[in-house]
Amino acid sequence: MSARTPTGTPIGTPTGMPTGTPTAPRRRDLRSALGVAIVAGFALLALVGPLLVGDPTAYVGAPLEPPSAAFWFGTTGQGQDVFAQTVVGARSTLLVGAIVGFAVVLVGAVVGATAAFFGGIVDSVLSLVVNVSLVMPGLPLIVVIAAFLPPGPVTMAVVLALTGWPWHARVVRAQVASLRRRDFVAAAQISGESAWRIVLVELLPNLAALLGSSFIGATLYAVGAQVGLEFLGLGDLSAVTWGTNLYWATNDSALLTGSWWTFVPTGLGVATLGFGLALLGFALDERANPRLAARAATGPGPQPTPVCRDGATHA
Amino acid sequence: MSPHLGRRLGLYALAAWFALTLNFLLPRLMPGDPAQALFARFQGRLEPAALEALTVTLGLSDAPIAAQYGTYLGQLARGELGISLVYFPSPVSEVIAGGLGWTLFLAGGALVVAFVLGSAIGAVAAWRRGGWLDTIAPPLLSFLGAFPYFWLAMAAAWLLGFQLGWFPVRHAYGPEVNPSFTLAFAASAVRHALLPGATMVLASLGGWVLTMRNAMMGVLDDEPIRFAQARGLPPGRVFFHYGIRNALLPSLTSFGMALGFVLSGALLTEIVFAYPGQGYLLLQAVRGQDYPLLQGLFLTITLAVLAANAIVDVVVVLLDPRARG
Repeated sequence: MSARTPTGTPIGTPTGMPTGTPTAPRRRDLRSALGVAIVAGFALLALVGPLLVGDPTAYVGAPLEPPSAAFWFGTTGQGQDVFAQTVVGARSTLLVGAIVGFAVVLVGAVVGATAAFFGGIVDSVLSLVVNVSLVMPGLPLIVVIAAFLPPGPVTMAVVLALTGWPWHARVVRAQVASLRRRDFVAAAQISGESAWRIVLVELLPNLAALLGSSFIGATLYAVGAQVGLEFLGLGDLSAVTWGTNLYWATNDSALLTGSWWTFVPTGLGVATLGFGLALLGFALDERANPRLAARAATGPGPQPTPVCRDGATHA
Repeated sequence: MSPHLGRRLGLYALAAWFALTLNFLLPRLMPGDPAQALFARFQGRLEPAALEALTVTLGLSDAPIAAQYGTYLGQLARGELGISLVYFPSPVSEVIAGGLGWTLFLAGGALVVAFVLGSAIGAVAAWRRGGWLDTIAPPLLSFLGAFPYFWLAMAAAWLLGFQLGWFPVRHAYGPEVNPSFTLAFAASAVRHALLPGATMVLASLGGWVLTMRNAMMGVLDDEPIRFAQARGLPPGRVFFHYGIRNALLPSLTSFGMALGFVLSGALLTEIVFAYPGQGYLLLQAVRGQDYPLLQGLFLTITLAVLAANAIVDVVVVLLDPRARG
């Protein structure tokens, strides 16, 4: 399998496919470089893109015009510029995604670390809460909560943060529980360091890579879930986001009229961003878990466990 | 019953109770009182009976909260979920029952096909490590998995349905047949489920392939396999009796969990194809602000997934002596 060119198989990377040759590290670097490039590209697009295109809600042309020199991605059923909507939509989707990703990991890390560090009854209660939350199917829960709240980005962020953290709590708990038993933690305890100092100085640096890949996974989940919810019509429909783009595309019968350009650019945007985030996540995963990297260099072995069960991505 | 299984079943019971209680509390805790807003919106348009049903479902009554909780649990025990506003005057339970079969057919079918096909590909990929299947399938399927289900469904509906006309793209069966136990109806139903089902299989296949491939690789490196090979057993026997049987357990364990994900994906896929299952009802409920129906759907889907998880756990214990401990 070493005969494959690294560039020819970038799509192999989300699986964290270990390869059996010394070229593996270089391919891993290429993979993470590609992930960084994709995510950075979208971040840049979200940051400066909206300044370069016109008002995405303005009625600039005839309804459902196919792509042309004037409208690169055609127009919507209302005669709005699809290109402008795609570019502007990236901003809200990415912003909410990143904020939710951060909140989810923060809550998960605090709960998980608390459970593992204190153990006993605290651990039992928190683990029970986590396990109960994990067996609940995600989308119906998110939908029913979101439906009762006023629509908007704040609601979106709160609902997704509320439902997304348990998986990360479990991952962090496992990691902290294993770190806790190491000698250096015992040494710190014996030398009289406070619990806070142990958590912040001894444990946190060891968790950095794990939290990083968790953040990526959580952002991936947040983007997918957000697009799904807005597609359902649970977002702020007057805002321009990737999810509302797809909502309006179906609302304007994009399928019946054959106007593929109203939903293909947004969907490709979601998928490419998701793909870039996945690449980045797997690269960080290997950083977080040196065993994976070692396996990758020596031969095929078990795959990394994706940090986020991204059911919501499918949602 | 082993302590492990007991703990798992207790967990599901607790999750079920949590879902019931959340469902009870949501309309009572939310800001702006959705019941009041609905009341104002539907006043004059709904009959008094419906308004009364709405009052009970959304907890607008003045009774103490504990009494309301009791009433609520009593209603649930009798299967009373209130009256749907969108499908007025049908009771929510009737509306949901009408769509449940279609979702089970579509999502269940897609889940089983994805599980069998994915596990088979994963097993063969691990068996012929580095072969062409092992090289092509996992990356390709992971890429497909990066798309949201419902977007793949939109693309497939447009390309294969509208452009090429190979598949019907709306509804669960054609106008030429009536729901009945006839071959024509079954054929029409299968034909209508093919495209939405295929998009769900494509999007979820990658997970099964990876799970099975990993489990199989672990098993193949194990001593029983080496011993079987050293004894000179035919490769096919080693593959099926020693490899697959042992490697299947992790996949089986995630089967219950996957049900929740597939169902979530199915809900949105159904919307794209106007497939008359739970997802389509969910869309109607969201767009029509039909809170009773929305809550009923939430409860049904959650309880169904929890029940499926419990059944899978029991089956795993039956199959795997190690899980009995």
